[in-house]
Amino acid sequence: MGSVLASDQLYVRETVRQSVKILIVGHFAVGKTTLVGALSEIRPLRTEERMTQAGEAVDHLAGVPAKTTTTVAMDFGRLTLSDDLVLYLFGAPGQQRFTHLWNDLARGALGALVLADTRRLEESFGVMTLLEERGLPYAVAINQFDDAPVFPEEELREALDLLPTTPLVTCDARDPASSASALIALVEYLISKHQEPA
Amino acid sequence: MTRRRPERALVRPHVVTGGRAHPTRNIFDLVTLVSATRTRATGLSPEKRRVMELCQGGALSVAEVAAHLALPASVTKVLLSDLVDSGHIVTRASAADRDQTEDQLLREVLNGLRARL
Repeated sequence: MGSVLASDQLYVRETVRQSVKILIVGHFAVGKTTLVGALSEIRPLRTEERMTQAGEAVDHLAGVPAKTTTTVAMDFGRLTLSDDLVLYLFGAPGQQRFTHLWNDLARGALGALVLADTRRLEESFGVMTLLEERGLPYAVAINQFDDAPVFPEEELREALDLLPTTPLVTCDARDPASSASALIALVEYLISKHQEPA
Repeated sequence: MTRRRPERALVRPHVVTGGRAHPTRNIFDLVTLVSATRTRATGLSPEKRRVMELCQGGALSVAEVAAHLALPASVTKVLLSDLVDSGHIVTRASAADRDQTEDQLLREVLNGLRARL
C-alpha cells in the first residue's frame, strides 16, 4: 500500500468513540486551508466531489446540453480532543451554487468559523448568508494578513452587519494557538446559545 | 501549503458503484467513523477491496477513506454502505447517537481545544 499507511497517526485512536465537525468557511484565498493545516494532527487531506450546478437534478440525464459539472475540493484536518472524541475541520468553498455540497457539510456540524480579510470584507457576505439559511451558528475571525489594514471592532461589526451576540475575533491562521483561540471563541458562543435559547 | 494529489480514480465513479449514485441507507456523514470487522475480502470488487485494506488498520472517517482512496465522498458512501450491509464494515456511533447532551459534548470540545493553547 501507499506510503501514507506508514504514518502511525493515520488512524483515529482506538479509544475514540465519537466525531464532530466544524466548518471553516470564507472566500477564496482567505486562509481556510492554512488554518486547517495549522491545527490538524494529520497532513490536511482533500476530498473532491463532482457537482452538478444547483437547480438541476443530479439524475436528470435528458437535459444534457444544459448540464455542467464542476469539481469542488474540500481540504480537511483532524484533531483528537480527548480519548473519546475527535474533531474534524472542513475548509468549505464559499460558492453559493454548490447547494448539495453545503447541505451535506452543514448537516450535523456544530458550527462554523467564518474567516474574513479586511481588504475584502464584502466577499464574506455570501458565505454568511449560506450559514444563516441553514441555521448554522457561526463566529467571525479576521485573518490578520500582514499588509491588511486594521480597523476598530465597531467598524468591522458594522461593515459585516453582525448581530451583537456574534463573536468577532482576530487570528493568524498560520499560528496553531491563535487559530485554536478563534475556535474556542466559537465553541464558547455555541455553549452560551445552548444555555439561553433565543 | 496545499498539496495537489496527482493520482486519479482509474474508472468512472458510477462503474465503481455499480451504477448507483446513492447508498442503500443514509447513515453516513462525512465524519462517521468506520472500521473493518473482518479480514477476508474475497468476492469483493477491486474498489471495495481497497476500502477493506485501508479500513483494516483502524478507524477512519468517511472523508478520510475518500481522500486516501482518491474517490469522491458520494462514491465512498455507496461502497461503505454496501460493506456495512455485507458485514465487512461497522460504524462507530456518531455524536448524535450518544447518550450525552449537546452541552456536555460542546464542553468536551471546548476543553480539548483549551488544552491545545
